[in-house]
Amino acid sequence: MEGLLLIATIVIKIAVIVFVLILCVAYLTFFERKVIGFMQTRIGPNRVGPFGLFQPFADVIKLLNKEIIFPSASNRFLFVIAPMISIATALAAWAVVPFSESVVLANINAGLLYILALSSLGVYGVLIVGWAANSKYALFGAMRAAAQSISYEIAMGFAIVGVMMAAGSLNFQAVVTAQQGGIWHWFWLPLLPLFFVYWISGVAETNRAPFDVAEGESELVAGFHVESSGMLFALFFLAEYANMILISTLAAILFFGGWLSPFQGIPVLESWFAFVPGFAWLVLKLSFFVFCYLWFRATFPRYRYDQIMRLGWKILIPVTLVWIVVVALLVQFHIGPWFN
Amino acid sequence: MNFIHLIFYAFAIAALVSGFMVVVARNPVHSVLFLVLTFFSMAGVWILLRAEFLALILVLVYVGAVMTLFLFVVMMLSINQVSEREGFVKYLPWAALMMLVITGMIVVVVGPEHFGLTQMPAPPPEGANFNNIANLGAVLYTDYAYAFEIAAVILLAGIVAAIGLAHREPRDRKSQTIEKQIAVRPNERLRIIKDSK
Repeated sequence: MEGLLLIATIVIKIAVIVFVLILCVAYLTFFERKVIGFMQTRIGPNRVGPFGLFQPFADVIKLLNKEIIFPSASNRFLFVIAPMISIATALAAWAVVPFSESVVLANINAGLLYILALSSLGVYGVLIVGWAANSKYALFGAMRAAAQSISYEIAMGFAIVGVMMAAGSLNFQAVVTAQQGGIWHWFWLPLLPLFFVYWISGVAETNRAPFDVAEGESELVAGFHVESSGMLFALFFLAEYANMILISTLAAILFFGGWLSPFQGIPVLESWFAFVPGFAWLVLKLSFFVFCYLWFRATFPRYRYDQIMRLGWKILIPVTLVWIVVVALLVQFHIGPWFN
Repeated sequence: MNFIHLIFYAFAIAALVSGFMVVVARNPVHSVLFLVLTFFSMAGVWILLRAEFLALILVLVYVGAVMTLFLFVVMMLSINQVSEREGFVKYLPWAALMMLVITGMIVVVVGPEHFGLTQMPAPPPEGANFNNIANLGAVLYTDYAYAFEIAAVILLAGIVAAIGLAHREPRDRKSQTIEKQIAVRPNERLRIIKDSK
């Protein structure tokens, strides 16, 4: 009976996280269209509801009602299972993300490793659908996505190794508490090169502009999901945006103090802002990074394929290798103000 | 039969069935995907053994990187499936023999006489704060430091050998000098011709 109750509470927590996340994803798509619209001096969606606020619901209903078309030469089972893999890995990663001091679904020791492992699984959805659709465009998109995600996973993994060394732990709560002591103690400053590497490879991992060669509208129509319609496409879309929010949240947690207040250690401001819950700070920080995603999309032209590979292998990975040694020395010799 | 057993049997059966399907699947892409499922199920079993570090590294390295490359290569090749099947009957007796020998060895070594609970008692359950990764690191860099370093050097030699085999001199291929491409200024490539009026 107690075991049953435990499982019930866990299921309720999971349902709350997934519900809020999907709502965030829905409004992120709306926000993206609005922000890019304003950046390009357009208005963006404004027809459904006040200021177009009900647009995401209209989109969801449209996608739910659309017919799912199976290409006649496709492998049906893999074609259907691929978007499920994408969305499942995108959602499962949220299990270990800490929302505040005490609010986390699973506070496990190897949280960082778990996130890395799950984010490396996401590429299977893209690869499988590219092959199962039996279309040249989809296969090209899948190939590009696979090559890109393998290359940037290494840089991202090394950047996170630096964070693990600085925090001395693989647990998310320990990573956040290791950054205690105000804005200058957050890891973005001692690990600045690793932060840039993490953020660039995070954008590349989610296949977003300027690294969106896997979709590449101008060359591959829609890349890996060119044959997916209706709900199958919607799941890929949902997974991409959930991953964007995840990468932004991780950037906030690993390098910008997670749920810590930025006014820690500043005499007057600290007590003024003491009432703000940790969750609010986390949301503010991650919103900035999510906004950066949209900003990049409206600003940068797409990278050429060889430039992507050059950036990943010849610039980002050597930078991380050098800085891991620097972090090791900083930690070993207790060089302040961060590692006293 | 409690909940843990249920999870164990689910993962174990998934691992065995998908391992079998790796061999019998007709399409090589399906074989690779079944191998992914085998690795994933084994990671689940390892988690139940409280080896979460090894399980997550298995998913990260083998499923996330190695099998992605496998899948990448297999998708690119158009393997003639009929010719791959031709030697099946010819090699079957040898394969069966090998399988019998290996199975026999495993039964002898892991069987109850040598690996039972009397010879190898179950380790005491650790507390909730037990840190698998910290303990593994402590053992790896002290007791097994030499073995660890030797493994690392062998891997490095493997990497160097692979690069040495695949490397071609730059003059044999066309490559772009990206530094030059980035350094280009508009007035080197563009000439604005104004109307003379």
